[in-house]
Amino acid sequence: MKGVRHYPGFLGITIACLVVLYAPLIVVTIYSFNDSNSITAWGGFSWRWYVDVFTGPEAERFGAAAWNSITIALIAATASTAIAVAAALAMIRGGRFRGKSATYALINLPLLVPEIVTAVATLIFFSAIGLTTGYLTILIAHITFCIPFAYLPIAARLSGIEETYEQAARDLYATRAQAFWLILLPLLMPGVISGYLLAFIISLDDFIITNFVKGAGMETLPTAIFGSVKQGIKPNIMAISTLMLAVSVLFVTLSYFVNRIGQKTRT
Amino acid sequence: MAGAPLPPSNGGTSWSRLKTPLLLPTWAMIGVFLLIPVLLMAVYSFLTKEFRGGVIWDFTLAAYDQFFFNRGLFGDEPPVIEWTYISIFWRSIWQAGLATVACLLVGFPTAWFIATRPPSQRSVWLFLITIPYWVNLLIRTVSLKFLIRDNGPLNEFLMGLGVITDPLPLVNTNLAVQLGLFYSYLPFMVLPIYAAVERYNFALSEAAADLYAPRWTILREVVLPVVKPGIVAGCLLVFVPSLGAFLAPDLLGGAKTYMIGSLIDEQFKGSQGNWPFGAAVAVVLMTLVLIALFLQARAAAKGARE
Repeated sequence: MKGVRHYPGFLGITIACLVVLYAPLIVVTIYSFNDSNSITAWGGFSWRWYVDVFTGPEAERFGAAAWNSITIALIAATASTAIAVAAALAMIRGGRFRGKSATYALINLPLLVPEIVTAVATLIFFSAIGLTTGYLTILIAHITFCIPFAYLPIAARLSGIEETYEQAARDLYATRAQAFWLILLPLLMPGVISGYLLAFIISLDDFIITNFVKGAGMETLPTAIFGSVKQGIKPNIMAISTLMLAVSVLFVTLSYFVNRIGQKTRT
Repeated sequence: MAGAPLPPSNGGTSWSRLKTPLLLPTWAMIGVFLLIPVLLMAVYSFLTKEFRGGVIWDFTLAAYDQFFFNRGLFGDEPPVIEWTYISIFWRSIWQAGLATVACLLVGFPTAWFIATRPPSQRSVWLFLITIPYWVNLLIRTVSLKFLIRDNGPLNEFLMGLGVITDPLPLVNTNLAVQLGLFYSYLPFMVLPIYAAVERYNFALSEAAADLYAPRWTILREVVLPVVKPGIVAGCLLVFVPSLGAFLAPDLLGGAKTYMIGSLIDEQFKGSQGNWPFGAAVAVVLMTLVLIALFLQARAAAKGARE
């Protein structure tokens, strides 16, 4: 019976929802190809602002910021994924133990604390222990808040894998390490990849916490963009934004297909 | 294989003996670099400010006193309630609340529509909704500002249609901040409601329809109570980050739309900062969030009992 599922106007609202979500991104993408120094008037199609991003007066600053952003995101995603895999094994396969719900709350703590509070608390902590703010402090903060984002898809995948696969391997004289590396990890891979991609994007995305703990002279892409935007939105910012948008869309598409494959191989 | 030791088949894959080393990195990272910092922040809110930024280890209630009371210019008058900061909190709660309601009004029909598509189409619709969530929040906020600014594409479009003759002054208004919050967190509303509607048993609606209940009555009386946990979760996921939001009020708003995020941020910038006061404001914000989470947990527990 289709009747009870259908409500008039819901399709319209869904389309309006998508228009609201996409309109700003599409408009900025279009204007990033604008061959005009003014951001208002359309002066024809051109790649000049993309050339400007890589060779223009601000290329060095944004290049350094992009390098910091990408290396931090790679290290933070790798570290938080490894930590999350270990945590998921203990939480899903470790049976009942004392402090399990407290550990669960701890894993989710970065999601519960508002970002601005995390930012303030982390800055205060680093200043209290006398750690100079810079690359290292950004990295530590990023690893910490990426853990739950990596944990969620990994734990979801792990709880769907029955223990019998590992038991069969162990019955056939595989060591615990062999059973993990050869049997469990390949089965867990879709979750690991989703978690890694999510952590990577979350790290790349962060502005508020980074802005607090970065210290003077240190920039990541979001803080560099924020600094520029304070003086007005310039065309080269729109080109950088479009490039970052493309990276995000690439990652979410990858993650979508990894999930599709994961669902097909669901055990 | 005679003589080989018997494989450890019972509980052979159980990871329970290794759980301490497996959990140690998580405890260390989140415990040391988030839990302890949040507790330390609460301690800092009771310390004395140092004028170059930072603190002196003398315990005082000065930060909270400054937040709640006004003792005159020289601090010697009888205390009266200081409304400056309370009203910033009130405005933040109001803005976050309006953004949450707007997200609900758009997010519920969207989630419902997606959940009632054939299963093969759902993942495509969900994919479309989640893409913006993966795009950098700063870039999304800047893009929105570009779109709605006084001589931006939206105003040009509306003037071209002849709907308006003068550009709508949207930037630096409360409306722009609400729009920014709505735009930032809309996917957070859609996803949990979608999950709830997808699990909903439509036989309930059909039974109500067989008994001649009108369509909208079914939605209100039958569907809403069942999918309420998803709605509450979605509201919380929009409200909490909106309350402490920094980018939307800072980029889209002006002095009149000052919110908690900017107030905290300012206390840690340069030599005009006041760390204990900033920590105290963050503690008050954290308390509000904990109250909201507690109310949600209680509602969820009550829902589970029923």
